[in-house]
Amino acid sequence: MSGGCPGCVAAPLAQEVAAEGAGQILLSLPGIHCAGCIADVERVLRAQPGVRSARVNLTLKRARIDAPEGDATALSEALQRAGFEARELDEGMLTASESDRRARALLLRLGVAGFSMMNVMLLSVAVWSGATEATRDLFHWISAAIALPTIAFSAQPFFASAWSALKGWRLNMDVPISLAIVLAAAMSIYETAESGRHAYFDAALSLTFFLLAGRYLDQRTRSVARSAAEELAALEVPRALRPDGDLVAVADLRPGDLIRVLPGARVPADGVVTEGASEVDRSHLTGESLPVPAGPDSALAAGEVNLTGPLTLRVTAAGQDSSLHRMADLVSIAEASRNRYTSLADRAAQIYAPVVHLLSLAAFAAWMAATGDARLAMNIAVATLIITCPCALGLAVPAVTTAASGALFRQGLLIKSATALERLAEVDTVVFDKTGTLTEGEPLPLDAREKPAEVRAVAVALAAGSAHPLARALNTDLRETAAARLADLKEVPGCGIEGTWRGNPVRLGRAAWVGAEPVEETATYLAIGDAVHVFRFEDRLRPGAAEAVAALQAKGFRTVLLSGDTAPAVARVAARTGIETWQAGLLPDDKVRAVEALAEEGARVLMVGDGLNDTAALAAAHASISPASALEAARAVSDIVLLGRSLEPLPVAVATARSATRRIKENFNIATLYNLVAIPIALAGFATPLAAALAMSASSVTVSLNALRLRRVS
Amino acid sequence: MTVLVYLIPASLLLGGLGLAAFFWALRSRQFEDPEGDSRRILITDYDETPKR
Repeated sequence: MSGGCPGCVAAPLAQEVAAEGAGQILLSLPGIHCAGCIADVERVLRAQPGVRSARVNLTLKRARIDAPEGDATALSEALQRAGFEARELDEGMLTASESDRRARALLLRLGVAGFSMMNVMLLSVAVWSGATEATRDLFHWISAAIALPTIAFSAQPFFASAWSALKGWRLNMDVPISLAIVLAAAMSIYETAESGRHAYFDAALSLTFFLLAGRYLDQRTRSVARSAAEELAALEVPRALRPDGDLVAVADLRPGDLIRVLPGARVPADGVVTEGASEVDRSHLTGESLPVPAGPDSALAAGEVNLTGPLTLRVTAAGQDSSLHRMADLVSIAEASRNRYTSLADRAAQIYAPVVHLLSLAAFAAWMAATGDARLAMNIAVATLIITCPCALGLAVPAVTTAASGALFRQGLLIKSATALERLAEVDTVVFDKTGTLTEGEPLPLDAREKPAEVRAVAVALAAGSAHPLARALNTDLRETAAARLADLKEVPGCGIEGTWRGNPVRLGRAAWVGAEPVEETATYLAIGDAVHVFRFEDRLRPGAAEAVAALQAKGFRTVLLSGDTAPAVARVAARTGIETWQAGLLPDDKVRAVEALAEEGARVLMVGDGLNDTAALAAAHASISPASALEAARAVSDIVLLGRSLEPLPVAVATARSATRRIKENFNIATLYNLVAIPIALAGFATPLAAALAMSASSVTVSLNALRLRRVS
Repeated sequence: MTVLVYLIPASLLLGGLGLAAFFWALRSRQFEDPEGDSRRILITDYDETPKR
């Protein structure tokens, strides 16, 4: 760029403006938690070439990077080198802005309601402390001028919801709320015009304010959980590679299309291999921990991972028709039973709403009959409606779930469904999947270090040339061994790797290929000339797995292990974690049946699983948890996603859920108790606006404070 | 009581100013990362790119 040209000087600025929004990269950072993390992450990111700015959002645990030519993979690798777990997010999949907007609209209404409430309260205090005649009327009129527009604006969410409920001939919690607000406002106007002594503007406003606060809390909890779930979905970018090198969306694939699956890639659609030889990892689909060979004519299912050689596939079923779809049918049947669960709040509302209306109607009728004074009777009916209005009830659940999901989020657990906490609290049996859930899903060599030095040296030299998971694990385990010098190193896809050592042919790979007797466990075989050595592997337990199982058993939970893997492998893991009941070799619908059988015995099952073969069982269980490493489908049906690698927060989650449900019930009791005291007062006609305002605020504040006790759990 | 003629508008005006400030804060997305904002004051580096 030449210095003097004004056009060139202006150009970078113009580019900057044009690139706004285009070069944005989003990274998910599940591990960050403090000011130091923010500073470190931002410093690392800014030091990367091409990064213009980077900003961490700690609430959502993600970073937004402005880098027009930046490479997301390079950035996340740089962060990983600095010790932060980082994953790329597909921005197109994130629709958080929608719920974001709704939360902001609610906050806006809340702010307006709060402002008006305080001003009207101020005026009301003057009236309560003895303003009379013209002053009182003036104050009431000013209150009306503030309150009416506020109610029209702030209470809209309640009116809209009540109206849609009434249109469908139903009653929900918003009907008594809206009725109380509207009646209170109308009554107050009438009283003010008639120069009456009491007006309910402050009551109507504080009702709106407290209920909006509950609504906002609710919205915030859900939107954090939802955006996190979407975030996890956005981690998988569904693309398929055509033989000519073009990338196409999986949705555009048709049966008969040819696609290429490179080593390390996930098979995007069901198909039959036409070319190439390799091994595939089916652990996500079936729970089998051992890779399976694949060659021409072998059928592959979407979701399997290709390991060693490139494959060309003829698509037999894509998208909705693939094997995933068959799994989805199972899932939807299982989910239907869970959707019948009604939350505590719904059950409370079903009883509460009609009672409130009847009570207030009865109050009007009784006072009308007793005194014949319609204005007095109406006044008392409105007072009853306001006092009984479910302010505390409206706050009871959101305040608790917000506190609980906040506490769990700090433990690395994301709550996705509104009723998850309540269902989790009822659980008494925990069913685990093996591969990828109790174990890491990655093999670890058992006896490699005990082999003679020469054997190790040859094994390392051969393993270094392969990307197969067993070879990689072997290489990591024996990294201190000096590699032997080999000639003619060559990988044979689907079989293994071979070379020549001191004139002898050497091979590392499948039993049949090296000419060995296969053993029962996961193993790879090394042939040096005619001598054969076996390297056994074991799937490593996930950190915290044994501790979590022990803690659950100590609390009296029944623990069960259900796996699709072979019996010896399952038995070993069961023994190491201390689980006594286990079943091996299960197909997806066997798992569902096993979970349903437990449910029929009266058990409330918590399913913990990660693979596609667990998805239907996850949906069938009373509550379900999946680790963040799980397949998207598994995460989508589970109630709670475990962000970290350790299983240790599991018992904490159950404990928090139990105390959350306890708090919700306590809050309902507080609200009921309050109503037992307040309703007779209102019915007797002693409820002045001052008393109503005080009682209502007291009950709301008590309920919120009770919810805050949850933050100390764990 | 004539003092009320000044006091009530004054209090409404001040409250309205507060409300306007709240609107502005909301519009400029200052409630997006409450967690991070409360920790950022502990970072000693000078923040060259404050939130836009």
